[in-house]
Formats: sequence, structure tokens, C-alpha cells
Amino acid sequence: MSSVSLQQLSKHYRLGSVDVPALSGIDLDIRPERFTVLSGPSGSGKTTLLNLIGCIDRPDSGTLTVAGVNVLALKDDALADFRARHIGFIFQNFNLIPVLTAFENIEYPLQLTGVAAAERKRRVNELLAAVGLADRAKNLPGQLSGGQRQRVAIARALATNPALVMADEPTANLDSHTGAAILELMRNLQRERRMSFVFSSHDPNVLAMADDAVFIRDGRITATEQRTPEPAA
Amino acid sequence: MNAFSLALRNLLRNRRRSLTTLLAMLIGVSAILLFGGYSRNIDLGLETGFVRGSGHLQLQHRDYFLYGTGNPAAYGIADYARIIDVLERDPVLAPMLTVVTPRLSLGGIAGNFTAGVSRTVFGEGVDVAGQNALQQWNDYGFPVAAQTSPLTGSAPDAAVIGTGVARVLQLCEALQVKNCPAAQATAHDAALGAAAPDDIAALSAQEAGQAGTQSPTRIELLAANAHGAPNVAGLTVIKAEAMGVKELDDMAVTLHLRQAQQLVYGQDAPKVTAIVLQLRHSSQMPAAKARLAELLAGPQAGAKTPALGGTPLEVHDFATLNPQYGQITGMFAAILGFIAILIGGIVLFTVSNTMSMAVVERTVEIGTLRALGLRRGGIRRLFVCEGLLLGALGAALGVLVALGLAWVINHSGLTWLPPGNVDPVPLTVRVWGEPAMILKTAIGLMLVAALSAWWPARRAARLAIVDALRHV
Ligand SMILES: Nc1ncnc2c1ncn2[C@@H]1O[C@H](COP(=O)(O)OP(=O)(O)OP(=O)(O)O)[C@@H](O)[C@H]1O
Ligand SMILES: [Mg+2]
Repeated sequence: MSSVSLQQLSKHYRLGSVDVPALSGIDLDIRPERFTVLSGPSGSGKTTLLNLIGCIDRPDSGTLTVAGVNVLALKDDALADFRARHIGFIFQNFNLIPVLTAFENIEYPLQLTGVAAAERKRRVNELLAAVGLADRAKNLPGQLSGGQRQRVAIARALATNPALVMADEPTANLDSHTGAAILELMRNLQRERRMSFVFSSHDPNVLAMADDAVFIRDGRITATEQRTPEPAA
Repeated sequence: MNAFSLALRNLLRNRRRSLTTLLAMLIGVSAILLFGGYSRNIDLGLETGFVRGSGHLQLQHRDYFLYGTGNPAAYGIADYARIIDVLERDPVLAPMLTVVTPRLSLGGIAGNFTAGVSRTVFGEGVDVAGQNALQQWNDYGFPVAAQTSPLTGSAPDAAVIGTGVARVLQLCEALQVKNCPAAQATAHDAALGAAAPDDIAALSAQEAGQAGTQSPTRIELLAANAHGAPNVAGLTVIKAEAMGVKELDDMAVTLHLRQAQQLVYGQDAPKVTAIVLQLRHSSQMPAAKARLAELLAGPQAGAKTPALGGTPLEVHDFATLNPQYGQITGMFAAILGFIAILIGGIVLFTVSNTMSMAVVERTVEIGTLRALGLRRGGIRRLFVCEGLLLGALGAALGVLVALGLAWVINHSGLTWLPPGNVDPVPLTVRVWGEPAMILKTAIGLMLVAALSAWWPARRAARLAIVDALRHV
């Protein structure tokens, strides 16, 4: 049973009258509870694929199943609710809401899914501790360093215990030292919480710690590697 | 984190832009409220003037209003004393009434025959006590003292005339009227008709019963009596009064009701042309009208109070009797409406501009929230809430500023001359004490603000998530 399954997925962009093929005929299964990395040169289609898997974009053709749900059949509102419950996002630029404190940023997805206030507080504090920012709860994003912001963003992505966490080059805007620490944190959290992480990255360090690797070039998968065995059932 | 505290934080994010938008709304709201308060003051001032002058309601002979003004003989109310008695005793009407007073209007010719001049005039016979009681009405608390009729305590043959009448009748000097240039032409005319025609003098002397004691301000008022024959009354003018309106100034002669009745009805039973009713509050007019209609319809089965069934009377309110009331209030309402629409338009564009800028600035944030699972409706709500909050803040500040400015204006001692007035009255704007106007303006502004936020909010909600996230 895979966490994400794609068949013959294609996506074109239209620039004026020209069709730019970004992904063509992608077949892919992403194993659950793994750290999967999409790797490929710039412009190969990593972000496009990640957006489709993350249900924030729609393909032109093909089928897409996420956590057992045929997400392409969902209407916009249902898809938004689906994302809120099942998918977490970590962005390259952190994308924290600037008027919300670290605590409130992490709390936001919990509010969206209707978690009661007391439970929200418990979970946010737990996550703040897990990412090492227990003393920064009341800080606004503007008062945090890049690495700290990305920790808050990671905590936000994990808040609803999603089946799938998507991250598009999450360390690209961090120095190598901080980036390494963030990677380590994500790797540990992924293992501890038994979630599926899907990354895109140029970074060889990221590739090195992946369970699975998917290599893309010109919108097609050129190779896949499974470096760890299926977890025991 | 509820929608409004989030909206407030977002508004505080770009303080300068939010402040300029607020300022625009503040100016708009206070402008509407101040002008609204000014025009309200004018409406109520006019109403007070008319209610003091001619009451809220008048009972007149049916058709008198349309056909009878020149013919008091044919359209008089004969048993007016009984009718007044019925009205004053009526258990429904009595608690509402402040004054019930009769009045007799007549057309005639006033002549100063010692100077050989005359002119057509409009005479009004009034009950002085009733007239003074009418003047006490001040339901809207205007800082203007009630005027006492100059006829108060005067002789039965006393009269007050308009300054225009005084001018034509060459009584300016005797009555000490200012700004009253003597006409060039009258010298010739005087030579032609030096004295009153004998018959008129005789008639007058016979009526007055005391020929010879000629006061320098004596005039003769000539009118048709109830039988169509000419009759004359000798009057002693005690004062010339400016009326504020030239037509009235040139026509008005006010005399004691008794005197006017004698002139028109002679030895016959006296009548009046109108019974003036003044109520405690203008808001009681519909109730009073309804009760009058009931009384005029006839006695009800088993009713104890005598009704006025069979009397050919009809009721007119002050707005019908004074068409200029509706005209002036209508004009101010139109100007206020125009100003409100203009300001509404400005607010619409200001807020929608502000919100559009906010949407563009926060495009990535919109994409992020959508990715996290916020629905399109949630994005829309976010920005509409911001618009609404801006509107609410603008309205609140605008109301406060308007109240402050109104207070300053009301205490500045400014005066103005209302149409038809002779003396300037204090210029006041009614903002405090007009909760309906304040509420309407505030809700209107919030609606406009929410509406103008709606389009940018809709645009924000329709953004494609991936495009929004890629926005730089
Ligand atoms: N919104 C768009 N409009 C038009 N073309 C697009 C758009 N987004 C991506 N593309 C094109 O689709 C292809 C794949 O782009 P994508 O962003 O997925 O690449 P990537 O692998 O993420 O690159 P990078 O490593 O630089 O982030 C590229 O050729 C790109 O030019
Ligand atoms: Mg990319």
C-alpha cells in the first residue's frame, strides 16, 4: 500500500500560445513512512510534481491517489479540507504568516481542522519543544532567524499529524550549517512520527539521507532508488 | 485567532495606508453627519416655526382650503365654540393637545384715507391668548424665546400690519418703521383723492360709533360682509412688523378676532375660518388625525362624548398648509443624498484601492493559507473582514469627530436667518440626539467598506495557489 500513487500524470504550462510540457507520463508510487527525495536539474519539473502531489495544482491528465483518496475527483473546497487534514507543507521561504506569533502559526492548521483550544495548546507546545523553540512561542516571525523560522514552519506542517509532508527545497535559503541541522530535525521527526516526507532538492546531503530517491529530467522519471527495505508489516 | 483580531493585525501592518484610508472615511462620515445635523436643524426649525405660527392641524370648512380663502362668509365654521369644546373634552385628543384656538381669515382693502392711499390686504383675526399660547411650543429645544403677540393687551380695534402695508399706506413715520423710503408718485395721487369717500367714512363711523377721535395710525379695513355688501372697520395700527416674506409683508393685517368677526358677520352669529390645533409632539399628528376623522364621522353607538358628525369640516396638517415646508426639507434631503452618494463613492474607491494593494502585497500569504487548507471563502472572509473593520473604525472615529465639531459649532455663537424669518436664530447642528442618523451613516459606511473590499477579496480568493506561491 503506497501513500501516493501516480499514473500517467502529465502537466503542461501554456505561455501565450506555446505549450511548455513540464511533466509527461509520470508513473510513481511513494511508499508510506519514508523520506522520499525528488532530485533533478533546475527546470526538470520537481516543483511541478510536488505541487501535484500536494494537491495545490491539478494535472492535465492521469490519475493521482493520495492516502487512498482519488483527489482529482474532489471539488475545490473538499480539496482544501483534504489538504488541511492530510498534507503538511514546508516552503523554501518558510512562508510564515507575519502577523501571527510562532505559537499562532503552528496553531493555525489546527484551527482550520476544528481542534478544540485546549488540545491545540497542548499540541503546539509539544511541537514547539520538539523543534527546540519552547521559549519562542510569543515571537513574531520577524523576530526569528531563518533557521528558527523554518523550525516553526516544520512544526506547523506537522501540527495536524498529516499523512504526507511536502517540502520544496526547504534548506535552499539556509546556510549549510543551519540547513544540515534542519535536515537532521526533519529526518528525526519523520522517523519518530512515522510520516511520509516528500522533498525536492539539489542538495547531495538531502539525497544522502533519503530512504527513496526519484530522479527527474525534462519532466520524466529517469530512475528510482529504494535504499531501505519495506518496513516490517 | 478570530477573523477580526487577525484583520486588525493586518491593518496595523501597514499603518500609514490604513490611517489614510481611515482619514478619508472619517472626513466623509463627519461631513455627512454635520450636514445631516445642519439640515435636520433646519427641518426642525421650520417645523417649530410653522407649528408656533399655525399649529399642527387646522380644522377648516370642507373646500375652504381649495376654494374658500377669499370668501370667509361662505366657508365659515358657525358653531366653532361647541366644536372647540368637544375637542378639548375629548378623552383621546385632550392629552395630546396644547392649544386649540380659532382664527378668521379675510380679504379686503385697507385704506389710509387721510393720505388718500389704499391697498388690498389679507386680514387675520386672531385670539391673542391662543396666539401667545401657540408660541410656547418648543419640542425640539431651540434656544429661541417665544414671541409675544404685539396685540397682547391692546384695544379691541388694534391691528398689526406688515411693513409693506405701512409703506404703501404712508404710516412709516407714525409707526417708526426703518428703511422705508417714501414713494415719489404718491404726491399726485394724494391730491386726487384727499379724503375718504363720505359713504365709507360714514360706514366706518357708524361701526366704530365714535367718529372724530382720529389717531394718526388709523386705517379703514373694507371687506364684503356675509350678505355680500361692503362693510368697513376702523382700526388703530399699533405696530408694523416685518414678516420675512415680501408677499406677506405687503399684505398682512392682524386684528382681534372679535373685530374681524364684526366686520364680516356684523350682528349675525360669529364664525371662524379655521380652528388651530397644536399638539405636544409632532409625532402625535397621525393619532390626532385619526381621532378627528372618527369624531367627524359621527357619534359611535353607545359613545358618551358628543361627536362632530355632520359638520362639514376637514383636517389639514402644517405641511399641507405651508407647502414651502415640504419644498425646503425636500431640497435639503436631496442635497444630503447627493453628498452621501458622492462620499460613498469616494469611500468605495479608497477602500477598494487599499484592499487591492493589500491583496497584491499578500499574494504569497494567500497562496500559503490556501495550501494549508483554507477554503476560497476563508480568503474572501479575511479581506471582507478587514474592509468591514476599516469601515467600523472609520465610522466610529467619524461619529466622534462629528460630535466634537458639532459641539464646537453649537457653542461658537454663529447665527443664521432661516427663510421667512425676520430675526437671526442660533446656528446649530443636531448630531447628538439623532441616533437614527448616526446609526444609518455608520452602517452605510460599513456596508460600503465591506462592499468595496468584496471585489479585491474575490480576486484574492480566485488566485491559483501555485501562481500565488510563486509571486515575488
Ligand atoms: N507557471 C509556469 N508557467 C510556465 N511555465 C512554467 C511554470 N512553472 C514551471 N514552468 C516550467 O515548467 C518546467 C518545470 O518547472 P519546475 O518549476 O517544476 O522545475 P524545478 O525542477 O522545480 O526547477 P528548480 O530546481 O529550478 O526549482 C520548467 O521548464 C519551467 O520553465
Ligand atoms: Mg523548483
